[in-house]
Amino acid sequence: MATLAERILGAPAGACVDRVVDRAYAMDGTGLLALATFRSIGRPLARPDRLRLIFDHIVPANNSETATLQAELRRFARENRIALCDVGEGICHQLMSEGDVRPGEIVIGADSHTCTLGAFGAFATGVGATDMAGIWATGETWLRVPETTNLRLSGRLEGGAEAKDLALAYVSRLGMDGATYRALEFTGEGAATLSMAGRLTCSNLAIEAGAKTGLFYADETTCDYLAGFGVEASPQAIEDAEYAEKVEFDLGAIEPLVAVPHRVDSARPVDRVAGTVIDQVFIGTCTNGRLEDLERFALAVKGRRVRVRTIVIPASRRVLADAIRSGALETIVEAGCTVGPPGCGPCLGTHLGVIGEGEVCLSTANRNFRNRMGVGGEIYLASVGTAAASALAGEIAPPEGAA
Amino acid sequence: MKITGRAIRLPADLDTDMIIAGRYLRARDRSSWAVHAFEDLDPTLAARLGGAVLVAGPNFGCGSSREQAAIALREAGVAAVVAPSFARIFYRNAINLGLPIAEAALDCVDGEEVEVDLEAGNVRVRGRSPVPIAPLSPRMRAILGAGGLVELLKGTS
Repeated sequence: MATLAERILGAPAGACVDRVVDRAYAMDGTGLLALATFRSIGRPLARPDRLRLIFDHIVPANNSETATLQAELRRFARENRIALCDVGEGICHQLMSEGDVRPGEIVIGADSHTCTLGAFGAFATGVGATDMAGIWATGETWLRVPETTNLRLSGRLEGGAEAKDLALAYVSRLGMDGATYRALEFTGEGAATLSMAGRLTCSNLAIEAGAKTGLFYADETTCDYLAGFGVEASPQAIEDAEYAEKVEFDLGAIEPLVAVPHRVDSARPVDRVAGTVIDQVFIGTCTNGRLEDLERFALAVKGRRVRVRTIVIPASRRVLADAIRSGALETIVEAGCTVGPPGCGPCLGTHLGVIGEGEVCLSTANRNFRNRMGVGGEIYLASVGTAAASALAGEIAPPEGAA
Repeated sequence: MKITGRAIRLPADLDTDMIIAGRYLRARDRSSWAVHAFEDLDPTLAARLGGAVLVAGPNFGCGSSREQAAIALREAGVAAVVAPSFARIFYRNAINLGLPIAEAALDCVDGEEVEVDLEAGNVRVRGRSPVPIAPLSPRMRAILGAGGLVELLKGTS
């Protein structure tokens, strides 16, 4: 009887193992650092067919220095036949979720939110640039098989609560280092009720509790989703396992939450901060920039006007195209929102909607660290529904349907 | 390997955005990150990092995987980082770069002389009793011993 992490890595918790990496990807930032390190190792690429380079963090480039650096990485990808997703294709984790990652794989990304892809039942975790360079050179990496914190979900989300609220709830319950060195495993009949987009949102915040990855067992929902991309997959059988810790959540009791500056584990009911004046609303990122999110937002603002500047950034070109086709994007633009190119947008504080000193942003992203989106700015984290209600009100407001 | 340096105390849950802000990440010159280290926490700190032992609260280096955070500390001449726990990506990055880090709960104040003895597996404020360091795995010891992952891989090719 083993946890999903133990099964995928093939060893018990605590063991240190060398494993061939099924998929490895880096983005424009970590990719550049990895390239410099890779060159200093002085070996050829071990498995270029398993690598991807994805430009998402500063796209399009914000200045000519960034553009020059990106050109170098682009050249390297082309010369070595590494699959390149250039400016505008989307956020790395989102692209990997569009028919790439399969259940049971070992996926390593040079970005902390690689844990997102644990939603497919894959052992997906983030590393730094030197580890990525090592994978380029050897095709392998070492991993310490983690202990697992089991988040057991019952019931079903209701009353305006979203998967994002569950994510903020569990990070706050565990704390910012509550799952450090561990994996999270989401089980229980509540897990089965979550859509693939919702699971990706939940897994995305695993790192905010310090976890290596956030695992869902692949089930019918997973397989149906992958079938939509022409990928065949089988459900993973759930076994009883020895967990380091078990935490239970009744999804029916999850209410809309807001994480206040400057900690992700500071979530409180939206009512407690309702009325807080905001300067900007941001919908997007690897947390909440999927089609389901854009459609939810569009439904809430349809036929109305936002009262603060509102930036909407689809997570990928596919999401953008789908949102155009479904009409969601037209609704969003007519409501007065600004739509940006697929990518990370202002989340990491480099461009496309950074905030000024003393400004307040309500964001659907995953980090509200001090100064992250702009020096002297404040970030509140919330769900798409809360973001929509707040954009319409010009202040933090509960989502429609909230009790 | 015994390392000594003056302690600089740092808070708990210090994230890598605070170690090096996103606005400085795109650069070719690695020393540029040392200049801006901890700028948003205390702009005077970068100039005092040379030879220092950083003694932080739990969960040091949480958040973004940006290796520039560990590079900034190494380039600034930080002798070692001591904390009760580290965020795992920062931990790997530090080991991969050969930046000595020690998982230990050390009680001290700013400016006290701290000794980190990675061989013996303890850390102490000079003149006080040693505090054990959580042992490194053989794999991590091998990487750190080689001077970082690049050196290790060069040696095995």
